[in-house]
Amino acid sequence: MKHNLPSLDRRRVAADILRQRGNALVVAGLGAPVWDTAAAGDHALNFYTWGGMGGAAMIGLGLALAQPARRVLVITGDGELLMGLGSLATIAVQRPRNLAVIVMDNERYGETGMQDTHTRFGVDLAGIAKAAGFRAAGTVYSAAELKSWIPRFHRHAGPLFCDIKVTTQAAPMVLPMREGPVLKNRFREALLGPSEASVPNS
Amino acid sequence: MPDSGHARLITLVRADRRLRAIPLTTEEEGVALAVGAWLGGERSVLLMQSSGAGNCINMLGMANECRVPLLALVTMRGQWGEFNPWQVPMSRATAPSLAAIGMVVQAVDRAGEVGESVAAAARLAFSTSRMIAVLISQRVVGAKEFK
Ligand SMILES: Cc1ncc(C[n+]2csc(CCOP(=O)(O)OP(=O)(O)O)c2C)c(N)n1
Ligand SMILES: [Mg+2]
Repeated sequence: MKHNLPSLDRRRVAADILRQRGNALVVAGLGAPVWDTAAAGDHALNFYTWGGMGGAAMIGLGLALAQPARRVLVITGDGELLMGLGSLATIAVQRPRNLAVIVMDNERYGETGMQDTHTRFGVDLAGIAKAAGFRAAGTVYSAAELKSWIPRFHRHAGPLFCDIKVTTQAAPMVLPMREGPVLKNRFREALLGPSEASVPNS
Repeated sequence: MPDSGHARLITLVRADRRLRAIPLTTEEEGVALAVGAWLGGERSVLLMQSSGAGNCINMLGMANECRVPLLALVTMRGQWGEFNPWQVPMSRATAPSLAAIGMVVQAVDRAGEVGESVAAAARLAFSTSRMIAVLISQRVVGAKEFK
């Protein structure tokens, strides 16, 4: 099994992906992917999860189906994704053309003390996504490979899956806001307009 | 996530162009899906059997913290006239565990009351941004026959 040593810096990866976000909607999986996303620049259309481990890709699916004209990027960790592997099958069945699931794969549970995850032993997340039925899935080891993937995240028909091998180098924590109702209302207001922000009329 | 008590509802959803049925591999996916759909401006309803309630607890904590409106229609097993003993423990834990994570739990015991109960629960959920579980008694959906 091919298993190169990860060399990419997660902060640079996140910054490179999000620099071209346009009006994309971004869901960040709990822990370091949240810090990476926040470090690339806070944005009302970022939804930072501080819990709900295993749910990031499904939040992305719900958003992608509700907003078919917008790109939806899920940026999450290998541990977080492993907790919701079935969601890859659920997403593949719905085939959202506007969804990309991007994994910052450090092959560790970084947040809890750098314990090995299954990807450290060769579990191939992109292979699982491909087999589930994602339109495209791949593993990225180098800056050159990442460069070829970034335009796909923003433009190609999804669902797309990309497992990006990043180093275990810890970056400084960048903690964004964490109150759920504030994050939710800020997001909905930016996306749907002020009248929809809190409780809509039914 | 289907239960036999949802079969007709799922068929009706599939036949209605305004609605979309999204099958799940586990119930907690539906909770996260509902959070994403709500962020995107859509409503959703989560269908599950009582055995699935426990699968959702931590994900429901996210919906609770974010005050995402959530309507769950839970058909009860392990309850009225049950044959399968393995259904009983989760059945008995369904209402207390959903309540413990912050859901409003409303039980319905009579078929004639299901429609208005679900309508009232939907209004409560989406008007007040709360999580409501309507527990539909096994007395309504019928005990499964093993033969
Ligand atoms: C349901 C649940 N189980 C465990 C945890 C503890 N936990 C928080 S972050 C995390 C590891 C996340 O790892 P990964 O997604 O790979 O992110 P990384 O920090 O490695 O970038 C764990 C196990 C949790 N928050 N929720
Ligand atoms: Mg990790």
